[in-house]
Amino acid sequence: MFRCLASLLFTLVLAVAFAHPTAHAQNSQSAAAKSSDEKSATSKTDEAKSVDTSRGNVENGKKLFVSYGCYECHGRQGQGGGGAPRIGPPAIPVAAATRYVRNPTGQMPPYTAKVVSDQELSDIFAFLKTIPPPPRAASIPLLNQ
Amino acid sequence: MKKQKNSVNRREFLKGAAGTVAAASTVAASLVTNPTPAAATPAMHANASAPTLAKVSPTEAVSIESITVDRPGSDFMVDCLKSLNFEYLCANPGNSFRSLHESLINYGGNKAPEFITCCHEESAVAMGHGYAKIEGKPLMVCVHGTVGLQHASMAIYDAFCDRVPVYVILGNFPDAAMRFGQVDWTHSAQDPAAMIRDFVKWDDQPVSLQHFAESSIRAYKIATTPPMMPVALVAGHELQEDPIADGANLSVPKLTMSSPPAGDSSAVDEAARMLVAAENPVLVTDRVARTPEGLARMIELAELLQAPVVDRNGRMNFPTRHALNHTERAGAAVGSADLVMGLELTDFWSAVHSVRGIRNPVVQSAVKPGTKFISVTSNDLYLKSNYQDFQRYQPVDLAIAADAQATLPSLIESVKQQMNDDRRRAFADRGAKHASAHQQTMQMQREAATAAWDASPISTARLSAELWAQIKNEDWSLVSNCQFVSRWPLRLWDFSKHYHYIGGEGGYGVGYGAPASVGAALANKKHGRLTVSIQNDGDLMFAPGVLWTAAHHRIPLLIIMHNNRAYHQELMQVQIMANEHNRGITRASIGSVLTDPAIDYAKLAQGMAVHSEGPISDPNDLGPAIKRAIEIVKNGEPALVDVLTQPR
Repeated sequence: MFRCLASLLFTLVLAVAFAHPTAHAQNSQSAAAKSSDEKSATSKTDEAKSVDTSRGNVENGKKLFVSYGCYECHGRQGQGGGGAPRIGPPAIPVAAATRYVRNPTGQMPPYTAKVVSDQELSDIFAFLKTIPPPPRAASIPLLNQ
Repeated sequence: MKKQKNSVNRREFLKGAAGTVAAASTVAASLVTNPTPAAATPAMHANASAPTLAKVSPTEAVSIESITVDRPGSDFMVDCLKSLNFEYLCANPGNSFRSLHESLINYGGNKAPEFITCCHEESAVAMGHGYAKIEGKPLMVCVHGTVGLQHASMAIYDAFCDRVPVYVILGNFPDAAMRFGQVDWTHSAQDPAAMIRDFVKWDDQPVSLQHFAESSIRAYKIATTPPMMPVALVAGHELQEDPIADGANLSVPKLTMSSPPAGDSSAVDEAARMLVAAENPVLVTDRVARTPEGLARMIELAELLQAPVVDRNGRMNFPTRHALNHTERAGAAVGSADLVMGLELTDFWSAVHSVRGIRNPVVQSAVKPGTKFISVTSNDLYLKSNYQDFQRYQPVDLAIAADAQATLPSLIESVKQQMNDDRRRAFADRGAKHASAHQQTMQMQREAATAAWDASPISTARLSAELWAQIKNEDWSLVSNCQFVSRWPLRLWDFSKHYHYIGGEGGYGVGYGAPASVGAALANKKHGRLTVSIQNDGDLMFAPGVLWTAAHHRIPLLIIMHNNRAYHQELMQVQIMANEHNRGITRASIGSVLTDPAIDYAKLAQGMAVHSEGPISDPNDLGPAIKRAIEIVKNGEPALVDVLTQPR
C-alpha cells in the first residue's frame, strides 16, 4: 500500500530541487551533473567517439527510447518531467550525455555498455535529434493566460 | 434522559426473542439448560457454531411492546454528536454501529450529520481528509469494528501524516457474553483502536453513556487543536443498543475550542529581530495556512520583509504569481539565504540539504555556511514514536514550538516594531530584485511547457494549460496533488485563494486522491465552487466506488484523468533497479503497468452514472471535452474526462 520507494525518490528529488542554486525545481540535480560532465568530457571525447548520431538509426532509436525505459522519466519526446531533465530538443551534447549515461551521478540510473551498446546509444541520440523544436511560449495563447 | 415506557434492554429482548422462538419451533428441543439471560440468542444468530442457548419456557414469551426500545443509548450518542455540528457522516454500513446508524438517520433526521454512503472505509476517511482541508473542520466517519477499521487504516495514516482532523467512531462488541455467532466475534476486539493508536492523536473506549458524552467532546477538541490529527472513539454495541436507564443523569458537555498554540512572546521577538537583521531571509512554508487567514498573514509577512517564499505546497500558503513566490527557483533562493525560516515544515532537513545519487547518495548542505535557521511548527508539540513521519532531525538556531498561523500576527507586529527606515529601504531594494527573478522564472516555466506541446499521449503541461483555460474564470478549487503531473498547475496557474489548493496525501498512501477529491468537493458544494481533480489512474483503481458516492449524493466534481496507464512512480523505481543490477532493462514494466487490457475509465464512470468522455489522446480534443464536462458539473453532478497522458 505504501510506496516507500516512491516516497524516497520524491524526497530526494525535493531535497535536490530545493538545494541547487541555479536550476529550477524540476531538473536541478541532473542539470548540475550534466554540467559537471560536460567539462570533463571535453578532454575525454575519445570515450564518446563510438557514439555518433550520424550513424544512428532513428527508427530503432525511437523504439529503444521506449523499450529501454528512457521515456519513463524524460517523456516520450524527451521533454522531461518529475525529477528528470529535458533531453531534447534542443539536441543535447552527445559526448557529455554519453559519459553521463554510462556513469551517472544524480538520479539517473546507469546504462552500462552491457545493457546498452554504443550503437544503440547512437540510435537513441539520433532519434532525439529528429524531434522538432517546440514553438515559443509567446506563440501559444494557452500559455499566456 | 428518562427511560421510555415499555423499553427493554438487549438482554431482556434476547431472552424474550429466544423464548418466542422456543415456543414456536423445534429449536426449543435443542436448547440446554442455562438460566443466564446473557447466554440467550435471537434466532437470527442461530447457526451451527452458535454458543450454548438458554432454555426458555414458552410461557416466558413477551409482548411486542417489550421487545422494542424507544430510547436506545445511541440516541444520546446522536445528541452528543449533533452538538459538534458535523455536516456529514461518511461511512460504509456495519452492524457493529447499526444502532448508531439508525439513530442518526431517524432520531437525528439524517441532518447534521447527513449520511454519505461510501463503498469502502478507506474512501470514507479520505473523504473526511479532503473535506477538512477545505472546510477547516472535521466530518465524522463510522467504521465497522476490526474489518472496517483495517480498511480505513491507511487513510487514517495519511490524515495523520498530513496533520488533518478526522473524527472516527468504531463499532465494537466489547462484552464477550453478548457476541452471538462467529461474525460478532470476528468483528470484536479487546482494544479496537490499538491498531491505529500509533497514528491517531487520541482514542477512547467509553464504558457508559456519560463517558461517551465527555469523550466525544474531548475527542473533537483534541483533533482540532494544532497539530491536528485524527481521533477515534469506540462505540460499544451494548452502549448503543441498550435503552437509556430510567433516571439516567446524562448531559452533553459544552464544547469550548482551544485557541491554537501561539509562539512565546520573547521567542517571537527574537525571531523578528533575526528576520529584520538578515540581508536575505527566505520563508519556507508547508502547512501554514489552515484557513484563509493564514494565507493573508503569510502575504503580509513576506511583503513586510520583501522576503521570498518557497512553498512546499502542503497547503495553499502563498499565491503562485506573487512576485515573492520563488518556489520554482527554490534552490537558488535557499542557496543564497542568510536566514531560512521554516513555517510548519514537514521536513526542514530536506529543505536545506541536497542529496545526489541513488546507490551512493552524497548529502550536501544547500545553504551558505553561517546561514541561520528558525523553525515555527506545532510538530514540536506532539510526536508519536513508531511511524517515522517526523523526518530527519534538523538543528536550528531558534525553535518556536507553536502553530505558525497563530504565531504570524504577533510576529508581524514585532517585525513592524523592529524595522527602521534603513531596513525598509534595504527591503525595498531586494524586493525589486526578487520580483525580477520571479518574472524570469515564470517565463522559464512557460517555455518549458512548450516541449511536447502537440504530443500524443498528451503532455501534462498541455493538459494543465487546457484545463486552466476552461476554469480560470470560474470560482475554482484544485483538490488533487500536483506532484504527479510535474507540478504544472502550480507552475502555470494563478493560485491566490485558500481553497485553490489543498496539498497532497501526507503519507503518500496511494488511494487517497479520488476519495479526498470527492470529500473536498463535498465541502466546496455549498460554496458553489467548481472543484477540479487531476486524477491519477492507478490511484482511482484502489477504490473506484467513490465515483458512485459522488453520483449518488450529487457531489459536483470535475475529474480529469491523468491516465499514463501505469503505477508510473513504481515503474521508474523498478527501472532504476534493473539498470543498477545491470540486467533486463526492458522488463521494468512487469508488475507496474496498467495495460492489456487498457482500463476504460469513461466506461467505468458511466457504470456508476457519472458523465464521462474519453479516452482522449489528441490534445486538440481536450479543451472542448473539458468544457462539456464543466457544464455537467455546474449542474451539480460529477463528470470525468479520461485523458491519455505522458508519464509525468
